[in-house]
Amino acid sequence: MKTGVQKIVEKYGKDKTRLMDILIDVQTEYGYIPHEITVQIAEDLGMSEVDVDQTISFYHFFSQKPTGKYHIFLNNSAVANMMGRAEVAHTFMKELGIRFGEVTSDGLVGLFDTSCIGMNDQEPAAIINNQIFTRLTPFRVKEIVRDIREGKSIHDMVVADYGDGQNSSDLIKSVVANNIRKIGPILERNFKPGQVIEKITKMTPEQVIDEVKKSNMRGRGGAGFPTGMKWEFCRNAAGPKKYIFCNADEGEPGTFKDRVILTERARLLFEGMVIAGYAVGADEGILYLRHEYKYLQAYLESILKVAREANYLGKNILGKKGFNFDIRIQFGAGAYVCGEESALIESAEGKRGEPRDRPPFPVEKGYLDMPTVVNNVETLCAVVKVVLNGGDWYKSFGTTESTGTKLLSVSGDCKFPGVYEVVWGFSVNDILDMVGAHAEDVQAVQVGGPSGAIIGPNEFNRILGYEDLATGGSLIIIGHNRDILSDIVLNFMEFFIDESCGSCSTCRILPTLLRNKLLKILDARGVKQDIDDIVAWGKILKASRCGLGQTAANPMLSSLKNFRHLYEKKIQKNKEYDSGFDLGQAVKESCEATGRVPNF
Amino acid sequence: MSQFVKFTIDTIECMATRGQYLVDAARENGIFIPTLCNYPGVKPKGSCRICTVKVNGKLMTACTTPVAEGMNVENESAEINDLRKSIIELLFVEGNHFCPACEKSGSCELQALAYRFKMLVPRFPFQFPYRSVDASHPKIIKDHNRCILCKRCIRAITDDSGRSIFAYRKRGIGVEVVVDPKLGKQLTDELAQKAMDICPVGSILVKEKGFNVPIGARRYDKSPIGSDIESMQISKI
Ligand SMILES: Cc1cc2nc3c(=O)[nH]c(=O)nc-3n(C[C@H](O)[C@H](O)[C@H](O)COP(=O)(O)O)c2cc1C
Ligand code: SF4
Ligand code: SF4
Ligand code: FES
Repeated sequence: MKTGVQKIVEKYGKDKTRLMDILIDVQTEYGYIPHEITVQIAEDLGMSEVDVDQTISFYHFFSQKPTGKYHIFLNNSAVANMMGRAEVAHTFMKELGIRFGEVTSDGLVGLFDTSCIGMNDQEPAAIINNQIFTRLTPFRVKEIVRDIREGKSIHDMVVADYGDGQNSSDLIKSVVANNIRKIGPILERNFKPGQVIEKITKMTPEQVIDEVKKSNMRGRGGAGFPTGMKWEFCRNAAGPKKYIFCNADEGEPGTFKDRVILTERARLLFEGMVIAGYAVGADEGILYLRHEYKYLQAYLESILKVAREANYLGKNILGKKGFNFDIRIQFGAGAYVCGEESALIESAEGKRGEPRDRPPFPVEKGYLDMPTVVNNVETLCAVVKVVLNGGDWYKSFGTTESTGTKLLSVSGDCKFPGVYEVVWGFSVNDILDMVGAHAEDVQAVQVGGPSGAIIGPNEFNRILGYEDLATGGSLIIIGHNRDILSDIVLNFMEFFIDESCGSCSTCRILPTLLRNKLLKILDARGVKQDIDDIVAWGKILKASRCGLGQTAANPMLSSLKNFRHLYEKKIQKNKEYDSGFDLGQAVKESCEATGRVPNF
Repeated sequence: MSQFVKFTIDTIECMATRGQYLVDAARENGIFIPTLCNYPGVKPKGSCRICTVKVNGKLMTACTTPVAEGMNVENESAEINDLRKSIIELLFVEGNHFCPACEKSGSCELQALAYRFKMLVPRFPFQFPYRSVDASHPKIIKDHNRCILCKRCIRAITDDSGRSIFAYRKRGIGVEVVVDPKLGKQLTDELAQKAMDICPVGSILVKEKGFNVPIGARRYDKSPIGSDIESMQISKI
């Protein structure tokens, strides 16, 4: 074990900032990170044990206990539940004889929950030993468990056809489906790899930035920051080295369009990173890829290899002296907050994914304290087309404030869940038509994931765009048969509780208190004061450091705004105060231990 | 560029050195902005959020925000004060703070701020979490019940080669601050005392002596928190 670990540590040049990679390799090799390995890594890297431990214990996919030869991570997002996760989960437990969070006594299988894995259009889905299993049914679960007991390899357990497009290529071989339902100017295949790199070799970096600025395009990662401006800031920032990060953490429940781009348009994305590098004067790019998408690793590496061979990456690209750029892939290890750009940088430096205080912004002081651009996958793809066809061309799509197109990830109660590229300016009603959901069958639409808003039919005429309903692209359609409070809102609150990094007092504590209020109301113990408290307490979260905490009350606040009657129906009308305290529950444990029956 | 900048806090005109953090700039102008996770000389990490102010209408933490020319800072408004009070209440309900039995009582910054903001009964339900006391280290006791997870000890105390002695574990509501098993054993008397002094509450205590400071001589017995800074302003007027 000792020499094995040494080899891993040496593979990454005994570099502390590569701790994530080291831990991922150890986790893959041993199935967990035993204490003695933690101690050894600390020693080899000149860190203390708690230094290593604080990174390990932060990430969902690192474990300090054995996770089983086969480790099953079953998605527990709201949409997974809508699509029948409960029976699937139940069957797993029954067939394996364990509960979630446990490993079978023979050490063969571990069963765990996990936050949205980016497969909302094909739920219920699970990750087993880094492979994705979609559209699970109780029957399929029985097959999987049988195969596991027979010792089959993960690849042999796949019985259905592989998914469409590259999903069936030799290097992926996955059942994941793309579900691309609508192609627009960004996804369109009218582009030859290298074509735009060739073009920029004849442009100055400033000209490239000007073209992007002219397009008025804004970042597609959610915050909507103007891309050209971001690049210009970074170009003008002083630093001996600069970096381009592609944010492929895609953790917002309900979002999966970046996964489809990575599968089908990886060349376009990498070309976008090269362009960004040229524009800001960076020679290193890092694709920060969520661990859930590890099944794409071999495929993406192969594309990078081909690009290097064609000199689209490497030194003196396409003969242009001093135009150097290369890309490496950095995996995360299961933490939604790492999608926040400064947390992503911290994580890539081998640390806990805790967002940084701003200022300074990453463009001034980012990765390894150097000026760094962080852009979303979709942003970097769009940029290629902007430089190819010009900023004016791009502006011809969409509205004045929201130029171009947007990739939507649509899931939930509709006929055609999947990825749609639409021009900005669509209304929610238009989208519902497009995805095969009749407005009269739709109770609500969750726009922009848990951190966004849940809206009802009276707002379906609102327009998607920065002017009105901004969205990172996730739309979850919720039919009439769903219980918004218990199926959606509660699930989203649990999500924020699980994913808070825990460093701000507000974001660490309040989501739990708010969730408890919701539970009290669902338990028919709520009073009007509880509703008032939710509104007042929700505001406090605005004082949190990053977007996660700032929006963590949104599931409750927006449902309270648009579906207040659901709360009012559940509270007690004739009571002003209820502590919510349940004496029977409180003494249950001690009664069981003493064999007494409470008398009240 | 001039070395000095002018800005206002609650419409009071202030002056400071460019690049100074807002809390420090305010202090020099005789204005108290409450802090918990911040500590002089230690790199700030806005985690407690108690120093939140509004800068040009936007919520920002004063311990991490450098002053800039023309900033309008809102510090003592009803809204900000209630926000701060609610954060103190959150910290009280999150842990187990039985002040009368705590050695830091009277010198504790959390308690002092609770007095300043006139906290009586927190608006939030007590969580009464199960937390342990780690007394396995020769020099110090780490009482997790009282830890407000401010990270002061983490940031301020390392060994000679920069290795952490204190560190976070886990995330979210499960976060805890733990002591390195090996380095904790090698802690010198001097560092142990420094750790106890740096901790704003009674979560790090030096072993084998207790209640050293008599009631009446404790840090906040005679002058409430912030009064030293605010007295500067009164004398200025
Ligand atoms: C909690 C949180 C999670 C985020 N997750 C992502 C993500 O998964 N992907 C992404 O591109 N941006 C995400 N963002 C936004 C990033 O911080 C950042 O704004 C974005 O990557 C910038 O890229 P863009 O300018 O191309 O939009 C997240 C932000 C927050 C606060
Ligand atoms: S808001 Fe939440 S996730 Fe963001 S830094 Fe604060 S504690 Fe961490
Ligand atoms: S032990 Fe004290 S200094 Fe360290 S994080 Fe806890 S409260 Fe802060
Ligand atoms: S003192 Fe500024 S956030 Fe804690």
